Amino acid sequence: METMQTERASHMEYMEGMEQIDSDILDKVISARNAYQTYAYTPQDVKNALSAEHLGIEDFAALLSPAAEPFIEEMAKKAQIETAKHFGNSVYMFTPIYISNYCENYCVYCGFNCHNRIHRMKLAPEEIEKEMAAIANTGLEEILILTGESRAQSDVGYIGEACKIARKYFRMVGLEVYPMNSDEYGYLQKCGADYVTVFQETYDSDRYETLHLGGHKRVFPYRFHAQERALKGGMRGVAFAALLGLSDFRKDAFATGLHAYYIQRKYPYAEISFSCPRLRPITTLTSEGEEEVVSVEGEGVSERQLLQIMCAYRLFMPFAGMTISTRERAEFRDHVVGMAATKISAGVSTGIGSHSEEVEEQGDNQFEIADGRDVAEVFAALKERGMQPVMNDYVYV
Amino acid sequence: MTINGEKKELSGRVSLSELLAQEGFRLERIAVELNGEIVPKAAYADTFISEADKLEVVSFVGGG
Amino acid sequence: MGEDKFILGGKEFQSRFILGSGKYNVELIKAAVENAGAEIITLAVRRANSSGEGNIVDFIPEGVTLLPNTSGARNAEEAVRIARLSRELGCGNFVKVEIMRDSKYLLPDNQETVKATGQLTKEGFVVLPYMYPDLNVARDLADAGAAAVMPLAAPIGSNKGLATREFIQILIDEIDLPIIVDAGIGRPSQACEVMEMGAAAVMANTAIATAGNIPLMASAFRRAIEAGREAYLAGLGRVRESGGEASSPVTGFLRD
Repeated sequence: METMQTERASHMEYMEGMEQIDSDILDKVISARNAYQTYAYTPQDVKNALSAEHLGIEDFAALLSPAAEPFIEEMAKKAQIETAKHFGNSVYMFTPIYISNYCENYCVYCGFNCHNRIHRMKLAPEEIEKEMAAIANTGLEEILILTGESRAQSDVGYIGEACKIARKYFRMVGLEVYPMNSDEYGYLQKCGADYVTVFQETYDSDRYETLHLGGHKRVFPYRFHAQERALKGGMRGVAFAALLGLSDFRKDAFATGLHAYYIQRKYPYAEISFSCPRLRPITTLTSEGEEEVVSVEGEGVSERQLLQIMCAYRLFMPFAGMTISTRERAEFRDHVVGMAATKISAGVSTGIGSHSEEVEEQGDNQFEIADGRDVAEVFAALKERGMQPVMNDYVYV
Repeated sequence: MTINGEKKELSGRVSLSELLAQEGFRLERIAVELNGEIVPKAAYADTFISEADKLEVVSFVGGG
Repeated sequence: MGEDKFILGGKEFQSRFILGSGKYNVELIKAAVENAGAEIITLAVRRANSSGEGNIVDFIPEGVTLLPNTSGARNAEEAVRIARLSRELGCGNFVKVEIMRDSKYLLPDNQETVKATGQLTKEGFVVLPYMYPDLNVARDLADAGAAAVMPLAAPIGSNKGLATREFIQILIDEIDLPIIVDAGIGRPSQACEVMEMGAAAVMANTAIATAGNIPLMASAFRRAIEAGREAYLAGLGRVRESGGEASSPVTGFLRD
């Protein structure tokens, strides 16, 4: 794959129509990621980080290092205290809604990628409305709207319509769609969107290049600056993530934390949150039309390591929100909310048109989920553990 | 004219450098504001004082 | 320790002790500066007396950077005027902006301080604003071009120590400029503590000026500030929280 690189367009060059903003955050994050020596930290560094009142960047690096693995118990206890300080017993609930799975990108690890032979579809506005009504009936007040990354099939106007419909049924509307320009984020904010999630996938630029072979997503810096453009457009919050396992997960988690850290310093009013996805197998169709589950080559991340990363995020940025993915099994999810995570999804399907019985045709899934519980089940499980499920605490003024 | 809030009689046409010398100021330790505008040291000799002028002469003192 | 330089307005300093020169006899200045190891000394600007004798500048050792303040200013406009006069006095372009509308507590007016900082930065000054430790104001000061931020620890001259500790810590953590703690530090131990917290420097005046032995107290502060700085650089050791650690594990659910 590397040998082909010269024949592909540079992943560092902007394409036509992509807004460029003045920001030094990319350089800061990438140079810090490159300089991060994960094996240079000692148990003493980890102990110092665990006893610090305010964690610095070096403390964060120590907590993500292999030296911190034996301290997972102490990290978890301290994270639990910090989470309780900032969020009490509250756990926010939401569900994602996939409104389109058309995609113009070729990301080798993703079930929606444009070369993957899957059933494609997009919901018409009346179908979106039916789906959202069905979701709102479960009691949820927050929704996350997702699309595959296709400007042609799901343009900004289409997403805007989905936001307007969502605003009728929900009090909080998140977006996880392709990166766009700040004026487009501004438009979607006016349509009702509150926050924007963009996964950088990996902050390892060379690895990124080999994983994102085509499409707008190939442009690494444009994706990197999405959160900043979203805030310039007027969004209230932004979320960050690396897809853990695509490259050195410790370095990617370090870069994710720093990315959020520098954005927070530059835009102190922004609400910051993290997602912590691990790489999962994807479903594809064989040439005979049979479904087949495929794992993408990457570095495995254990549950223990995932928890280490989540606790490190929590201790580095105690005030940040954190979402636990349905990629993880129910028991893991139930334990990490209140410990490090603050937000949990329920009643999740990563396919299209699966919430309402009235919407018949269903598009294929983006990835396999591990926790298929519905809203009532997750709600009950949280109560069981002494947590307080919160549908929404944001009041529009 | 007025220097640091005190009235002074002018004895004919007098330049700022002459006036400051007459009053006993050490030029290297002061700064001067004439009617609210700072006068650079190089301009003292060419600046002439009239009856209506207000002069502030300042220097450093101890302070925290 | 040789590598630990304090850089302010493009100048390099070894000392992190900024000495105030108010409230004591000018003849003690030299001994105070020498015992403090200070490389920066603050001054005020006032109407000159015509004799010109006993001018404080004559008593300050060579090579010490003068930091004029704008004390007496009640708004941004007056502060700018005093700053311009201080530069005309020919001792460099550093200025400590200090604006007070309150003569009882001598608390700084943060809003006017932001205005004056912006204007003086445009005019080429190295601006060190004295302020009440408010994070939003500190950000505004950084945006306005300040070279450092000087939050107060307690009211000027009160010698009450770190009354604003939590808020100064927030500035140290959040602002990418040197934080110089100014006003209210009454004892060397308090100066030491604020340096341990990560402050870039300490400014003190009354605590030294009102000591029984001025040169000896200047020396005590120097050593406290150095000790605090070294402790900060060394990284404070681990202190176990009281009550020991909870015994039941919380990570037993992990599978791999």
